[in-house]
Amino acid sequence: MSVLKITDVSKIFAGPTVAVDNFSLEVANGELVCLLGPSGSGKSTLLRMVGGFERPTSGLMTIDGDDITHLPPERRPTGMVFQSHALWTHMNVFKNLAFGLKLRGLPQDQITEKVEAVLELVGLAGYGTRGVNQLSGGQQQRVALARSLVLEPKILLLDEPFASLDQHLRERLREEVRDIQQRLKITTLFVTHGQDEALAMADRIVVMRDGRTEQIDRPDVVYREPQTPFVAGFIGTMNLVDGAVSNGRFTRADFGLDIPIPDGPATLAIRPEALDLEAAETGEAQVHRVTDYGTHGLVDLDLGDGTRLKAMVAHPDLFSAGQKVNLKPQAMAAYRDNARVYRS
Amino acid sequence: MEQLAPATLATRRPALVRAPTDWTGIIFAVALSAAVIVPLLVVGVWAFTEVWRYPNVIPQQFGLRFWNQTLTRADVWSALTLSLQLSTVVTLLSAAICLPAAYAFARLSFPGRNVLFFSFLAGHAFPKFGLLIAIAAIFLQLNLIGTFWGVVLIQLVGTLLFMIWIPVAAFQSVDRRMEEAARDVGAGPFRVFWSITLPQAGPTIAAAVLLSFVGTFYETEGAWLIGAPGIRTMPVLMISFINNQMVIQYGAVLSVMLWVPSFIALMFARRVIGGGAFARGFGG
Repeated sequence: MSVLKITDVSKIFAGPTVAVDNFSLEVANGELVCLLGPSGSGKSTLLRMVGGFERPTSGLMTIDGDDITHLPPERRPTGMVFQSHALWTHMNVFKNLAFGLKLRGLPQDQITEKVEAVLELVGLAGYGTRGVNQLSGGQQQRVALARSLVLEPKILLLDEPFASLDQHLRERLREEVRDIQQRLKITTLFVTHGQDEALAMADRIVVMRDGRTEQIDRPDVVYREPQTPFVAGFIGTMNLVDGAVSNGRFTRADFGLDIPIPDGPATLAIRPEALDLEAAETGEAQVHRVTDYGTHGLVDLDLGDGTRLKAMVAHPDLFSAGQKVNLKPQAMAAYRDNARVYRS
Repeated sequence: MEQLAPATLATRRPALVRAPTDWTGIIFAVALSAAVIVPLLVVGVWAFTEVWRYPNVIPQQFGLRFWNQTLTRADVWSALTLSLQLSTVVTLLSAAICLPAAYAFARLSFPGRNVLFFSFLAGHAFPKFGLLIAIAAIFLQLNLIGTFWGVVLIQLVGTLLFMIWIPVAAFQSVDRRMEEAARDVGAGPFRVFWSITLPQAGPTIAAAVLLSFVGTFYETEGAWLIGAPGIRTMPVLMISFINNQMVIQYGAVLSVMLWVPSFIALMFARRVIGGGAFARGFGG
């Protein structure tokens, strides 16, 4: 039973730069929450504050009700996995894992037992005597994870742990990490700028921008019902079209659509998979390029003023460059003043 | 894109041609090697020579007579022992003083940090002899002239540059994330330094210690000016040998003897440290 609670935490660096701005979050027992955002959104700073490597300028952080806000890292019940692995290269795998246990004064036979168990857990049984430089990137990352897990932390912190690995390995490792996390039911805070990672692993996603929360929701909700145009544009591929609404009709170049909202500027958000195309002599858009991915096709479209849109189609062979088409959105959302005002 | 294509081809083409032989580089390398190796070779040969007269290229008579004469002298042995003692004491003291300072320079920020850091260069920026004379004047008043500790102090000054600058680079090159990971698993700041920072910076620091030991062993001006007449180190003894009797072999035998400690030290260093550590120490 471990709950992490972050209340009104801010971090202002000299400058002054506001890295984290009045941030609050509660991570439930056994939950995996992803902090997702572009570089400079404050997600890593936030994670480092939970780990104790940065001091918050203000706010409160508790684990199971115990105030940890001002504890040094070595006295927090957290375990951090770093992006660069940060394995100690002068020690072998066993010594890397045993270091923390030794500091806790465990007898040697218990240390050996625990280290072997955790190596088994991450699929590296028998690797204890290897030097860390003899391991591949993926194996190093597993050792880094094992080094945190062996101490049975209440909260596991993962700082872009797969960023330095190739795509294939990244996908495999994130499944493994998710399996381990669910098996151990360990409360986890995970930082990433990869939306795939967040969508694949998280129970909930926190989308961050400029040190603030844009949206906190389940991955499917964040994907299907983004609350702000930023979230809409950041998660998955999204067509964002700026235009104006007048008399209940949104227009941009030759493209028009009825939307029942008051007059004024608006941003329309349509997923490529929700944008159907219909060939027409005098269409609203012109096909720029057709890409066939085998399972589906992607059509790049230009509106009359050069605005580029993408549409996912089942039969790319029906379209060709230069062709005129009409746009038939099956689902969309409209945003005004950074808030959603319409959804269909 | 159409315009880019030919340009790309053009830049690729030279890579296909075999790199031309760098004759200038080869000449420089050969000349430099000759400048370093030939004198060493000549001295090495002289040490085992009894008769070698012009215009012979190879000595007429080899032998160990001069080794016998040198090694039976009590002053040679006492100078050798003294030199080793001095170098050990100076290196240990220097490490005790400089390593914590280097850590502070590498990791902490305090007022005057940069000025202080560059002040260690000052000792090497002026003619050394002038500096030594000035220090000797002060030591004279403190009754340090001709004493072991007087020489220790003057040689300590000479090691500061190596023992500060190289370890600073070593500490700076330790990955901070490794230290944070150690804090994360429960190590306090001192334990992190002892178990992570020091072993990581270790090889480069060992290189600095070695340079400082060897440098001290060969240091002559300070040892002579401050140490005379009571303290006679190996290099000082060698100078007096050469000044008193112009017998080349004495100088050659002592030179070979002087090589031995540094040769052993360097072989040891190559095994333990590896060339990379020296390069890192100098920011390479």
